[in-house]
Amino acid sequence: MTGGSGTGQVAVIGAGMHPWGKWGKPFVAYAVAAAKAALGDAGVDWSDVDFIAGGETVRNGYGGYVAGSTIARSLGWNGARVATCYAACASGSAAVEAARTRILAGLSNVALVIGADTTPKGFLAPNAGDRWDDPDWLRFRLIGATNPAYFGLYARRRIDLYGASPADFAAVKVKNSKHGLHNPFARYRKEVAAEDVMASPVVADPLRLLDICATSDGAAAVVLASAEFANRLGVRDSVRIRAVSTVTPTFPNTIVDLPDIATDSAASVAPPAIGYRESIAAAAYEESGIGPEDLSLAEVYDLSTALELDWYEDIGLCARGEGEKLLHEGVTSIGGRVPVNPSGGLACFGEAVPAQAIAQVCEVTWQLRGQAGDRQVANAKVGLTINQGLFGHGSCVILSR
Amino acid sequence: MELAQGRVPVIEGWFTVEPPALLGRRCPACGTYMFPPTGQWCPNPRCGCDDLETVPLSRNGTVWSYTDAQYQPPAPYLPRTDPYEPFAIAAVELEKERMIILGQVADGYGVGDLSVGTRVELVVEPLESDGEAAKLVWRWRPLGEEVDQ
Repeated sequence: MTGGSGTGQVAVIGAGMHPWGKWGKPFVAYAVAAAKAALGDAGVDWSDVDFIAGGETVRNGYGGYVAGSTIARSLGWNGARVATCYAACASGSAAVEAARTRILAGLSNVALVIGADTTPKGFLAPNAGDRWDDPDWLRFRLIGATNPAYFGLYARRRIDLYGASPADFAAVKVKNSKHGLHNPFARYRKEVAAEDVMASPVVADPLRLLDICATSDGAAAVVLASAEFANRLGVRDSVRIRAVSTVTPTFPNTIVDLPDIATDSAASVAPPAIGYRESIAAAAYEESGIGPEDLSLAEVYDLSTALELDWYEDIGLCARGEGEKLLHEGVTSIGGRVPVNPSGGLACFGEAVPAQAIAQVCEVTWQLRGQAGDRQVANAKVGLTINQGLFGHGSCVILSR
Repeated sequence: MELAQGRVPVIEGWFTVEPPALLGRRCPACGTYMFPPTGQWCPNPRCGCDDLETVPLSRNGTVWSYTDAQYQPPAPYLPRTDPYEPFAIAAVELEKERMIILGQVADGYGVGDLSVGTRVELVVEPLESDGEAAKLVWRWRPLGEEVDQ
């Protein structure tokens, strides 16, 4: 594979978060805390930032407040260019991509990328009112298909196709809870035993309450800069963005996905050689010239324990159906060959939708700099982040030092 | 539920009651199927035809996967009973149309009756009632047969 021209020229020079949890504050309060932390980490004044990209807040599945300008106003109007990016769970990566491409084009020198949100307790649900032309509303009204129902479909398929068991899924939670123990930004810092998971109530067969990630408030921010700006600032050994994948699916998309009731039909055109989730990582691998064998760590979107195992396969860590084996061999634990979710993942953070993809980039940045403390992955050189936003939004970032 | 008052689809035009069949859209140019039948253009990016026809879809399929709703889904889902009773959901693959369609599982069946590859047939059953008429929805009923996938 060959790297695309111009890649590797954007540096991550700052990272910051507000701790995840249910704090009861407005989203902009979290945003300002994360922004100040990231700017402080970078040693950049807000007044020098010439572009701000905000992941749009999410009210259930829908876009909420126009985050970019709201955050810019709270930081104090500084004349920066602004964008607000909505891509559901992939909003943060869309914001990273907006900033990266602007820097690569030579239109900006230093950008603040930020996501922050508050999230209600319990099931995410559609906006109110009779919305008979809204697929997100219809899946609830006609079928009662909540988000965990979709996670359940994939988990049950792993069991029936590959012989996975609820104990395998619980082992993912056990691993991630250990990883997150010492993460000061994680909401849950408590060791969880497999028996705890398997004794929690079933939400969507075969998934139990502790298999499914919670919702949280939270915020994350990164400061991106051109190589020239980073050099002028005296940043040495900076973390670089090697690829960002924001691909949409390719027709026919045969993956069962939120919020749709039906997949595309493959009656007239054969399905693509690789499925949608695999194609998200594949595009980033192709752009960077980096392959799964090069990864030191990965942050994947564990909306459910079982989904983390799907991601192992989708990002090429192992063949289809071998995720459980990889997990039990310790390959994806800290100390293993390619630790997955050293941050603790969503299992420890919960979802704060527009912040999550940026939080993944923060974690990889800290890992590549060797600043991850008790959860540090030894000699981390290359890291991948991946998630997927509903309505067909890919999200993968590859970083290296 | 009293059915004598009438039986109408909860959403007009998505399925027929007699016989029970989902209504899809079919592109006459390239043969692509769509569900729900609200599309106005063929989704095949190399086709672009906008003269779609409405057709009944296959009434039988095989289970791609399945789950249930042990917790009561939030609004706009209207629970049928108080206290709430869980129900199962199946994602079913139609062989001819080569697409997967989600639906609740028929009354009286649960996840214990299903596995990946179970053959099912489409039925229509009451989803909710407004006191005037039973609002029907499509459901998947297990046929107790397995096919290899």
